[in-house]
Amino acid sequence: MDIFLQQIINGLVQGSIYALVALGYTMVYGIMGLINFAHGEVVMIGTLVTITVAGSLIKAGMPVAVAGFAGLMAAVLVCMALGWALERVAYRPLRNAPRLTPLITAIGMSIVLQNLAMMIWGRNYLTFPALLPKMDFEFAGANFTMIQIIIVLVSAATMGGLLLLVYRTKLGMAMRATAQNPAVASLMGVNINRVIAAAFVIGSALGAVAGVMVGTYYEIAHYQMGFMLGLKAFTAAVLGGIGNLAGAMLGGILLGIIEALGAGYIGDLTGGFLGSHYQDIFAFVVLIVVLMFKPSGLFGEKTGDRA
Amino acid sequence: MNFGRFFRSTVGIGLTAAILLALPFVAATGGQAWVRILDFAILYVFLALGLNIVVGLAGLLDLGYIAFYAVGAYTWALLASPHFGLHWPIWAILPLGAGLACFAGVLLGSPTLKLRGDYLAIVTLGFGEIVRIFLNNLNAPINVTNGPQGITLIDPVSFGAFKFSGTTQIFGFALSGPQKYYFLLVALAILVIIINIRLQNSRIGRAWQAIREDEIAAKAIGINTRNLKLLAFAMGASFGGVAGGIFSAMQGFVSPESFSLLESIMILAMVVLGGMGHIPGVILGAVLLTVLPEVLRYGVGPLQMAMFGKMLVDPESLRMLVFGLALVLVMRFKPAGLWPSPERQRELKETGK
Amino acid sequence: MQAKLSVVALSVAAAFALSACGQKEEPKPAAAPVPAAKPELVVKLGHVAPMTGPQAHLGKDNENGAVLAIEELNAKGMEIGGAKVKFELINEDDQADPKQGSIVAQKLVDAKVNGVIGHLNSGTTIPASKLYADAGIPQISGSATNPKYTQQGFATAFRVMANDVQQGKSLGEFAVKQGVKTVAIVDDRTAYGQGLADEFRKAAEASGIKVVASEYTTDKATDFKAILTKIKSTKAELVFFGGMDAQGGPMAKQMKELGIKAKFLGGDGICTPEFMKLGGPATEGQFCSLPGMPLEKLAKGPEFREKFTKKFNAEIQLYAPYVYDAVMVMADSMKRADSVDPAKFLPAIGKTKYDGVTAMIEFDAVGDLKGGAISIYQYKGGKLEYVETLGGSTLEAVKADIKADVKEAVADVKDAAKAVAGAATAVGKEAVGDVKDAAKAATEAGKDAVKAGAEAVKNAADATKAAVEKK
Repeated sequence: MDIFLQQIINGLVQGSIYALVALGYTMVYGIMGLINFAHGEVVMIGTLVTITVAGSLIKAGMPVAVAGFAGLMAAVLVCMALGWALERVAYRPLRNAPRLTPLITAIGMSIVLQNLAMMIWGRNYLTFPALLPKMDFEFAGANFTMIQIIIVLVSAATMGGLLLLVYRTKLGMAMRATAQNPAVASLMGVNINRVIAAAFVIGSALGAVAGVMVGTYYEIAHYQMGFMLGLKAFTAAVLGGIGNLAGAMLGGILLGIIEALGAGYIGDLTGGFLGSHYQDIFAFVVLIVVLMFKPSGLFGEKTGDRA
Repeated sequence: MNFGRFFRSTVGIGLTAAILLALPFVAATGGQAWVRILDFAILYVFLALGLNIVVGLAGLLDLGYIAFYAVGAYTWALLASPHFGLHWPIWAILPLGAGLACFAGVLLGSPTLKLRGDYLAIVTLGFGEIVRIFLNNLNAPINVTNGPQGITLIDPVSFGAFKFSGTTQIFGFALSGPQKYYFLLVALAILVIIINIRLQNSRIGRAWQAIREDEIAAKAIGINTRNLKLLAFAMGASFGGVAGGIFSAMQGFVSPESFSLLESIMILAMVVLGGMGHIPGVILGAVLLTVLPEVLRYGVGPLQMAMFGKMLVDPESLRMLVFGLALVLVMRFKPAGLWPSPERQRELKETGK
Repeated sequence: MQAKLSVVALSVAAAFALSACGQKEEPKPAAAPVPAAKPELVVKLGHVAPMTGPQAHLGKDNENGAVLAIEELNAKGMEIGGAKVKFELINEDDQADPKQGSIVAQKLVDAKVNGVIGHLNSGTTIPASKLYADAGIPQISGSATNPKYTQQGFATAFRVMANDVQQGKSLGEFAVKQGVKTVAIVDDRTAYGQGLADEFRKAAEASGIKVVASEYTTDKATDFKAILTKIKSTKAELVFFGGMDAQGGPMAKQMKELGIKAKFLGGDGICTPEFMKLGGPATEGQFCSLPGMPLEKLAKGPEFREKFTKKFNAEIQLYAPYVYDAVMVMADSMKRADSVDPAKFLPAIGKTKYDGVTAMIEFDAVGDLKGGAISIYQYKGGKLEYVETLGGSTLEAVKADIKADVKEAVADVKDAAKAVAGAATAVGKEAVGDVKDAAKAATEAGKDAVKAGAEAVKNAADATKAAVEKK
C-alpha cells in the first residue's frame, strides 16, 4: 500500500508539472485555436534564465531566497517578452492563413529557440541552483519533499487564478468573446490583437513559472528539455479537452498518474510481457481510447471542423 | 489540346528526363556523397508524396507518418538479413512491406475517423511513437526486432545477380552504388508521381478534396467519407512502406532511432512548405529540405571565414538555426507554401490575404 | 493532362537543378594524394562525432582528443616513405543519427581520407563501417562499444576500447565481489545502455545474483520516480544502470529522495564529471566503470590530462584519451608500414602494439582491443576514486601491462619483470586471476625500482612466487 501511495504521489507531482505547462497550451488554443508548439521552448528558456540570474546572484553573495525570487521574476519577464514577440512576429501575420501554416511556423520557432538557447547556454546539462531548503517528509511509508508539495500547490493556484481571470475580469470576458467569434467581438469593441497578445503573454508567464518549478524539482536543465515536456503537456491538454482550463489541469494530473501507475504495475499485470519500457505508450493509448469515445477530450466542448 | 501545348509538354518531359539522367553523374563530380544526398532527397520526395495524399488531398493532419516508413523498413530488414537468416527477393518483400504498412494505415485510420484537426494530429503523433517504442522494445521476451541494437548486414536491393551495392560496369559506364539506387528511386518516384496525378483528377481524388474542404457537405452529397478516409490512410501508408524498404536496403542497417517524431515533422514540413496538395510544390519542398541543410553545412563555415576571417558561430548550430528560420519566413511570406496549387492561390486571394 | 504532366516535369527539373546548384557551394575536395614529388605528404584523417544534439558535449570532447593528437604528430614531424607527413583532420557531424552517419561517411570516402577516427555512437558507427569497409578505409573508433561493430566481419573496423560485453561482464564480476545478492537493472533503451545491461545481467545471473527488477527508461527522461518506487518495493541491494550521465545523475538523486538505500552502479556513461554535477551529494559512494586503467594509474595519464586541460581549457569529458590513442595508432601503423596508402597500412593496424595513453593497444582477430581491462571507480568526496581493475585480461595483456609500466625502469628490473611474466605464463590459463595479482604486484614493484634499484627485483619475484604457490 505504501508503494501504491508513493506511486500516486509520484504521478500527482509529475502530473502537476504537465498541467502547469498544459495550461499554457490550452490558454492560447482556447482563444485562437492555435497549437503553440514552441511553448515547451518557452518553458526551457524560463528555466535557463533562472539558472543564469539566480546562479550569478547567489554567487555574488545574495541570500538564496532573494536570488531565487529575482530569478523567477527575470524568467517571467523574459518569457513574457518572448511570448509577445512570438505572437507579434510569427503568428499574427498568419491569422488567416491555412490551418497547417502556423503549425509549421511553431515547429520552426521551436527549432530556432532551441538552437539559440544552445548558443547562449551551451550544449551541456546545467545544474539548477538549490533555491528551496531541502525538507523530506514521510507519510505512511511514502516519501515526499517540500518542493513536491509546492509544485502541486502552485499549479492548483495557477489554475484557480486563470479561472478567475477568464470568468471574473473584463479581459477574461474579452477573451471568451474572441474565442467565440473574433469578428463579432471586434465589432463589440474588443481589441482582438491586444486580447490575443495578452493570452500569449500570460501563457508564457505561466511557462516561466513551470520552468522554474521543473528546474527546482529535477535540478537539471538542458536546451532540449522543452520538447518532450511540451509534447506530454500537449497530450495532457488534448486529453482533458483542449481549450478548457480545468480540463488541462485534470488531463495533466491524470496523465502523470497513469504513467506512474503504468510503469509501476504493468509488468506484474502482464506477467512481465509489458514493462516500464512502454511507459511512454500508456499516455497515448489512454488518449486514443478516450478520444474514440469522446472525440473532443474528457471535458472539451464540441468543436467545429477547424482542419 | 492544341499542338503548341503538346509540343511544350513533350519538350518539358524530354528536358526533365535528360536532366534526371545526367544529374547523378554531375553530382558525382562533387563526390559520391552528393549522389547519396540526392538519393535521400528522392526518397523524401517519395515519402512526401505519400503523405501528400493524406494531408494534402484528404486534409487529414498526420503527424505519425514515419510509422509506416518504419514498418516498411523493418519488413525488409527482417526478411532480408542474417537476423532470421532469411533472404527473400525484392519482389516478395516490397509488396509485403507495402501491404503491412497499408494494414497499419487502416489500423490507425479506423479509430480516428471521428477525430478532426488537432485531435487527429495528436493521435497520429501518438501512433507514430507507439510504433517506434514497440520496435525499440520487441527484443524480449521473443527477439523480433533486436531492440535498440537494430539490424545489421541487411541485403541490398538486387534483381537476380545484379546487386545495387558496389560499383558495376554497364555499357562502359562505371555506376556506383548510390548512382544505381538513384535510378531505382527515380523510377519509383515517377511511378508515385503518376499515381498521384491520376488520383488527384479521379473521382476518388475529387471526393478527398471535397472532404478536405467540408466534410459535412461531402457526406451530404453522398460521399462515403469513412471508406475514403481509410483509403487515404492506406494509400499514403503503402507509399511509406515502399520507401522504408528501399531505405533499409540502401543503409544496410536499421534501428528505431531513425524513426523518431522529428522525422514525421520533417516530412510534414516538406509537404506544407512546398505547397499542400500540389504535386510540384511537394516535390520542391522535399528536395529543398533535404538539400538545404547539406548546403548550409558546407556554406556556413567557409562563408564566415571569408567574411570575418574567423569562426564566430559554430557552423553546426547555425545550420539548424537557419533551417528553423527558413521555415518561419517561408510560412510568413508564402503561407500556402512556396509553390501552391493555383486553386489554393485563388482561395487565398479571395479571402483578401 | 499533358500540360499537368509537363508542370510536374518542370518542377522536378527545377527542384533538381536547385539541388545541383547547392552543390556548387561545396568546396571541391582537394585532389587526394599529393604528388610524391612534393616534400610534404598530406594525410587526411576523418573524425566523426555528433557536434549537435544532446551528446554534443561528448562529440566536442572527442574532437579535442583528435585535435591534440594531430597537433602533436605535426609538431613532432613524421617521415613516411621518405616524405615529411602533415596530418589533417576533417571533422564531420553525424548528429548521432544513423542516416546522417552514412552521408558523412560517404563524404569522407569521397574525400579519399587515409583513415577514419570515430564515430562516437555505435548507432552511427555500425552503418558507416560498411561504407568504409567497401572503400577499404581503416576505421578506429575510440568510443563505439557495441560488440556488433567489429562482429560484422569487416577487416577495416577497429576499436581501442573494451566493448560492452567485456564491460558488462566485469561489472557483473564486481557486483559479485561486493557480496550483492539481489540487483535491480535499469536501462535507457539505447543500443549502448541495453547492450551493457544485458551483459551485466548475464554475468550477474551466472554467478547466482538474483535480478529482482528489470526496469526501463529513455535517454530523454528526467523523472524516474515511478520505476524507482517499484525497485524500492523489491528491496534490491544494488541498482545497475545502463545509460548515460544525464539520466544517471538525476536517477541517483531521486533514489535518495525516495529513501532507497541500495548502491548505484553503472558503466562508462556515468563515469563523468557531469554525473557528479547532476547527481550532487547523491553520487557519494556510488560506483561506475571505465574501460582501461585510470589516467592517474597510467604512465602517460597525468601528462595527457595536463596537456588537454591546458590546451582546451576544459576537463576531459569521457573518450578524449581514447580518440587521441586512436589517432596515434593510425599514425603508428602508417609509420610501420612506411606508407599512407590504406591498402598498405591496413594490415599493419592489425599488428599494432602501441603503448598508448589508455592502454597497451593490441587488436584481436576481429579488431577488438585485446585484454580490454575494466576499472571500477567510486565517487568519494566529490571525486572519482579508483577501486580496482577487473576482468577480460589475457596473459598477453598482463605481460603488456608489465612491459608498459616498467619500460622506464633500469635494465635489470626490466629483465626481472620479464622473468616474472615468464613465471606467470607458466601458471597457465586457469590462473589468470592470480597471475594478474602477481603481475600487479610486480608492476608496483617495478615502479618503485626506478628509485630503489635492484632490490625491487626480489620483491617482484617473491610476489610472483607467492601467487604461484597460492594457486
